[in-house]
Amino acid sequence: MSARNNILNKLRAGLEGTTPRPDDFDEALVIEPWQYAPEDRIQRLRSLMEAVHTEVDTLPAADWPAKAQALLDSRNLRNVLYAPSTEHGQQLAEHWADAGAKQLLVAYDRPIEEWKDELFWQVDASVTGTAGAIAATGSLVLWPDRHEPRLMSLLPPLHIALLKASEIEDNLYRMMQKQNWAAGLPSNLLLVSGPSKTADIEQVLAYGAHGPKELVVLILEDA
Amino acid sequence: MSQRIPVTELTSSFRGRAKEALADSQLRTNFRVAMDSLMQKRADAFPDEQEREGLRELGNHIKARALSQLPDLLEQLEAKLTENGVNVHWAETTEEANHIVHSIIESKQGSQVVKGKSMVSEEMEMNDYLAARGIECLESDMGEYIVQLDGEKPSHIIMPAIHKNRQQVAQLFHNKLGVEETDDVNELIQIGRRTLRKKFMEADVGVSGVNFAIAETGTLLLVENEGNGRMSTTVPPVHVAVTGIEKVVENVRDVVPLLSLLTRSALGQPITTYVNMISGPRQPEELDGPEEVHLVLLDNGRSAAFADAQLRQTLNCIRCGACMNHCPVYTRVGGHTYGEVYPGPIGKIVTPHMVGLKQVPDHPSASSLCGACGEVCPVKIPIPELLQRLRQENVKSPDESSSVNGAGAKYSRKERALWRIWASLNTRPVLYKCFLWAATRFAKLTPSKLGPWTDNHTAPIPARRSLHDLANAHLNTKKNPGGQP
Repeated sequence: MSARNNILNKLRAGLEGTTPRPDDFDEALVIEPWQYAPEDRIQRLRSLMEAVHTEVDTLPAADWPAKAQALLDSRNLRNVLYAPSTEHGQQLAEHWADAGAKQLLVAYDRPIEEWKDELFWQVDASVTGTAGAIAATGSLVLWPDRHEPRLMSLLPPLHIALLKASEIEDNLYRMMQKQNWAAGLPSNLLLVSGPSKTADIEQVLAYGAHGPKELVVLILEDA
Repeated sequence: MSQRIPVTELTSSFRGRAKEALADSQLRTNFRVAMDSLMQKRADAFPDEQEREGLRELGNHIKARALSQLPDLLEQLEAKLTENGVNVHWAETTEEANHIVHSIIESKQGSQVVKGKSMVSEEMEMNDYLAARGIECLESDMGEYIVQLDGEKPSHIIMPAIHKNRQQVAQLFHNKLGVEETDDVNELIQIGRRTLRKKFMEADVGVSGVNFAIAETGTLLLVENEGNGRMSTTVPPVHVAVTGIEKVVENVRDVVPLLSLLTRSALGQPITTYVNMISGPRQPEELDGPEEVHLVLLDNGRSAAFADAQLRQTLNCIRCGACMNHCPVYTRVGGHTYGEVYPGPIGKIVTPHMVGLKQVPDHPSASSLCGACGEVCPVKIPIPELLQRLRQENVKSPDESSSVNGAGAKYSRKERALWRIWASLNTRPVLYKCFLWAATRFAKLTPSKLGPWTDNHTAPIPARRSLHDLANAHLNTKKNPGGQP
């Protein structure tokens, strides 16, 4: 505890006789340049995400499981990680049964320690929901929980994310307000703005550094 | 005249390393190309000057507000994090910080550590500390990994391996990993991915830095593009974050402008691929994430900088690297010349507080004071002003008081005496006139060697008549129309 007290005492001594600076946060600076008409919002999100190699498709909510199947088929993938206890997880499972899709559905239903090896090396793709998106920066908001754990959006080489069109906000500030982040955050909250990438060698952009090599965003236009 | 020091000894000084770097055309090309591109990217990311300047001003105010209540915010952060189930540790020195990290690893009988990019852990020289205790600490950021593999240190705080080109990386991978030599960047990255993925899986502990620590919610915010930060903070059963005490901000909303300033200034990106906000360990019903999260708050000289209201501004820094990208000195001599963890303009103002001016006596003067760093700084640190202040501290005599560690590193009695003579010459008209008369009449006696000046210039030869004399003569002829036309 002595290090703590020493540090705090030194800092307090430096502030002797001063008062905290006023909070003059000017909201307009982080809102006004980043506002879009409702009809432009999706376009803004799409163009920013496409600029960083993300595939963005807009489709009716009822069609997404078939689209997911097509994405997996076209890449010849063997399996897909999904969250069976979510609404979209159930939709996927129903479609898979109806359409006789050939990929194995893998449920993330055990603690990671029990199947690390498989999760790291054997899973080809994942489907997750999102907690909305931010048009200004082209970002998805991911709020992992026990149904959709953190690694679902990180380990599989292909990540398919479902986004309800009605949950796209203009900017980060609005998103924060709407979801009331100041009241407390989950153990892990993520903004994801494309597939994993790096420019560490000669500043040449390469995708698929450590996380997904591909990110596909399915925007459900009527959801 | 001071003795010239042999070149072999010079390589341990800034000057010596600079000389070597300047002679390395490959290195200079690598930096020139990279810095030009980073400057362009930043410019493109801020197309609206008014928006940019408004945001910089706001960024400055947010950091100044946070610093103006730093001890309270640190306590609030600690309380919130503790409430969230995160263990908070404090360290005054890097030695203490290393000890804390090592104890955590030891308590888990850990032998393998995987590290996301963290400049504070570089400050601590954590890799070496742990290696000496039989613990492998592997860098997982591609650039850091390359640098570590080659036994080097980062040359840039955002782009650690920017001094290397692809052929050099290809050679390195071939030699160290036994893979077939390829200079295809995608291929090289995939080699790194495969090698490191195994390490993420096996690691006992993950170590990361922190970009912003939010007091309001008890949240550690990390930005990155690769996903190695998420891996390091999610996969291993224990996550240890290390950060400087200046990284705390008051509110969640404060990070909105800071985040935008950081990623646009650093890389010209509207945002990084991942913004990872960690507010606690794995919850009882969750299936992944670390069981334990620790935060180590490191001082290492920061509180000393904090004690001085002017130098305190150093702690505004959000580590974007824009100052080095725009620095004509950094671009030419490269990051390793600085010989310390933080290179470039920010390195020159932050390092003296960490290691003392005695260890980096050339840092404050390795600048042309062109002002580019101050102009691009997203949180408006007046870097040139602080460099000048450190120059003053650097030449203080032993009996002048100073709050800066190692002040007076460049104090010289001879220099002091020369300046005193210079001052009296310029403040006593009679003396000045005599000197001027002598200097113009005996110009030929000027020595041909005048210290470092004549290393690169010819010695100045005073004119035969001073401007003063010439002006007087000119006025006299005007008054006297009978003279020469």
